[in-house]
Amino acid sequence: MGAPSTLVSTKTNTSVALSGAEAVIKSLIQEDVDLLFGYPGGAIMPVYDALYHYQKEIKHVLTRHEQGAIHAAQGYARASGKTGVVIATSGPGATNLITGIADAQIDSTPLVCITGQVISQLLGTDGFQETDVIGISMPITKWNYQVTSAEEIPEALAKAFFIARSGRPGPVLVDITKDAQFEQFNFDYKKCESIRSYNPVPTTDQNSLKKAASLVNESKKPYIIFGQGVILSGAEQELRQLLEKTGIPAASTLLGLSALPTTHPQYVGMVGMHGNYGPNLLTNECDTLIAVGMRFDDRVTGDLKRYCKQAKIIHIEVDPSEIDKNVKCDIPLLGDAKKILQSLLPLVNKSTHPIWMNEFEKCKKIEFEKVVQKDFFPKKDQLSMGEVLNEINNITKGDSVVVSDVGQHQMISCRYAQFNYSRSNITSGGLGTMGFCLPAAIGAKLAQPLRQVIAIVGDGGFQMTLQELGTIKQFGIDIKIIILNNEFLGMVRQWQELFFEKRYAHTEMQNPDFIAIAKGYGIEAKKITEREGLNDALKKMLTHNGSYLLEVRVGKEGNVFPMVATGASVSEVRLE
Amino acid sequence: MGEIKTYTISIFTENHVGLLNRITIIFTKRRLNIESLNTSESEIAGIHRFTIVVKVSEETVIKLVKQIEKQIEVVRAFYHIDEDTVFQEIALYKVHSNTIVNGIKVESLIRDNHARILAIENDFIIIEKTGHKEETNDLLKKLEPYGIMEFVRSGRVSVTKPLEHMVSFLKLN
Repeated sequence: MGAPSTLVSTKTNTSVALSGAEAVIKSLIQEDVDLLFGYPGGAIMPVYDALYHYQKEIKHVLTRHEQGAIHAAQGYARASGKTGVVIATSGPGATNLITGIADAQIDSTPLVCITGQVISQLLGTDGFQETDVIGISMPITKWNYQVTSAEEIPEALAKAFFIARSGRPGPVLVDITKDAQFEQFNFDYKKCESIRSYNPVPTTDQNSLKKAASLVNESKKPYIIFGQGVILSGAEQELRQLLEKTGIPAASTLLGLSALPTTHPQYVGMVGMHGNYGPNLLTNECDTLIAVGMRFDDRVTGDLKRYCKQAKIIHIEVDPSEIDKNVKCDIPLLGDAKKILQSLLPLVNKSTHPIWMNEFEKCKKIEFEKVVQKDFFPKKDQLSMGEVLNEINNITKGDSVVVSDVGQHQMISCRYAQFNYSRSNITSGGLGTMGFCLPAAIGAKLAQPLRQVIAIVGDGGFQMTLQELGTIKQFGIDIKIIILNNEFLGMVRQWQELFFEKRYAHTEMQNPDFIAIAKGYGIEAKKITEREGLNDALKKMLTHNGSYLLEVRVGKEGNVFPMVATGASVSEVRLE
Repeated sequence: MGEIKTYTISIFTENHVGLLNRITIIFTKRRLNIESLNTSESEIAGIHRFTIVVKVSEETVIKLVKQIEKQIEVVRAFYHIDEDTVFQEIALYKVHSNTIVNGIKVESLIRDNHARILAIENDFIIIEKTGHKEETNDLLKKLEPYGIMEFVRSGRVSVTKPLEHMVSFLKLN
């Protein structure tokens, strides 16, 4: 190692003074952080030097790009329920985090990002690797703060962790100047338990609760759409109890997936642009919509003017700014989803809705005939993405964590993957970040080391972050990577086919030899082009000891249906 | 979307660097123009007050206030229509000294408009007028024929008419 760390001088010193850098590590330990994702550089070197002395307490995963580090931290947070922590240097290190921060903000993922910054005297001078990361990250962080003296470090980090995980979670960024990292001070850590200007969980109005319960009790065609809020508040059990008592059918948003086992008899599927037929169509047939921990994203609602106008809407939500933002609700229930569902449970009547449930069954049959059958058992020679997912389900029986990237394979994966356990579907929802999958899978595996983690990625998205194969190899991370290769940016190509008269402007990809790339990184790999070998290849991959990459050549011009086209109403969901 | 009106948004915040930026981002993200903006201390030690004037629909101002309140260091935010507030702006006008020395009209303009002379130098005088925008604008127009060297108007400051103290809304430890 280079110059002696500040730690050494501290230990020989009689005082309890620490450097700011060591205080960062000590603060992380106080917050029960045992895993970091990061990438070193000049302005964060003191923190890395301090980290050198705490290798037993904190494992650091060196990614190959800061974007890889932050997506890994997101995957870790999403799969574990803990706060993901990422460290990067100033300037380009910090700006490389931005996509991940924006992704975490829109998908409510708790993250603490720590960036190094030039020494405080250089702030504002365009110093080497200086960038105004506070200014840049302001619109996409729940909170951010620049530390210029060591004394601020414990409090800033304590606040950062509290803010990141409380209420509606989100990313926070703490930018620490290099001189603050070197500075000595007396370290004392106190966890943050409240901030006077911040009310993370609003109080639920008891009157509204009663009104909501009687509305549910009176309705003939009640319908639940649940989102990630159920997972974030740990309300999976409560959701299930409510469903089973009331007999209400329930659909998931993209990010709500796995909160309820996909085999649950009242689970009717996914809503949204490429969601299931019934859940979209019948949104405009229900008489009461109970939205639990979801935010009526435009990909869920389609044309707002024709979205669920016939129904009364109950919106269970922790973030007051989501109430009436996109869809006006009749009864807002502000607060923690778990507690609200607990309070609602004794107030609702035991009931069943067989005729109404049957409507969903009918739609399911129509969807099976028109879409699923073609996806699972295609008549064409070429493999389809759907049959790969079907084979995975047959082998894993819904026990795996499925991490997907963005595009056609994502929609296929989220439509078809079976889930038995919560926190099993990791995907970039709101931001739609291509390149998310591979690094996020690293984080997911480290969060759930005993479970099979399958990364399903397209040929386009894989090439955005494939350098993380290096991380996978170096840290022996056992993930199974499936590239569904159609040699196209498939979703854009699908839109070009449907809405731009097949003008395939810059969507066809000339791809490298993915197998050679994987092998170059020392990762076992195999390519499959024929149906016959698929099942065996998947089994071989899933039983392989260690990471494995399977490239599956699928039909070049497959389309994802059902589809609610942009500007269309959910009741206009297309099956072909 | 509802009728476009002038709304005054009063925001009570911690006094932290960068908060102004966080608040204005909420407007720029929605392509909304801020008509005027003022920051100052409030009656509560350590709590800052932003006064922002916008012309939007009520639906939009409600959404804005919720987004503002979502910021960690914002304690509370409120919106009011003009009828519910007492508000004031201050305008300064710099005119040549000779306009006052030679012209009786300017003197009567100052008198009639309840403006006052703030400073007199060899070359220029500074006139001050407080009032609503229409009033300060009116004086601006009247002074224009005499030549205005500089004009500046402050952001709106406003207090609300309802009796309850805003402090009572602030859950301060």
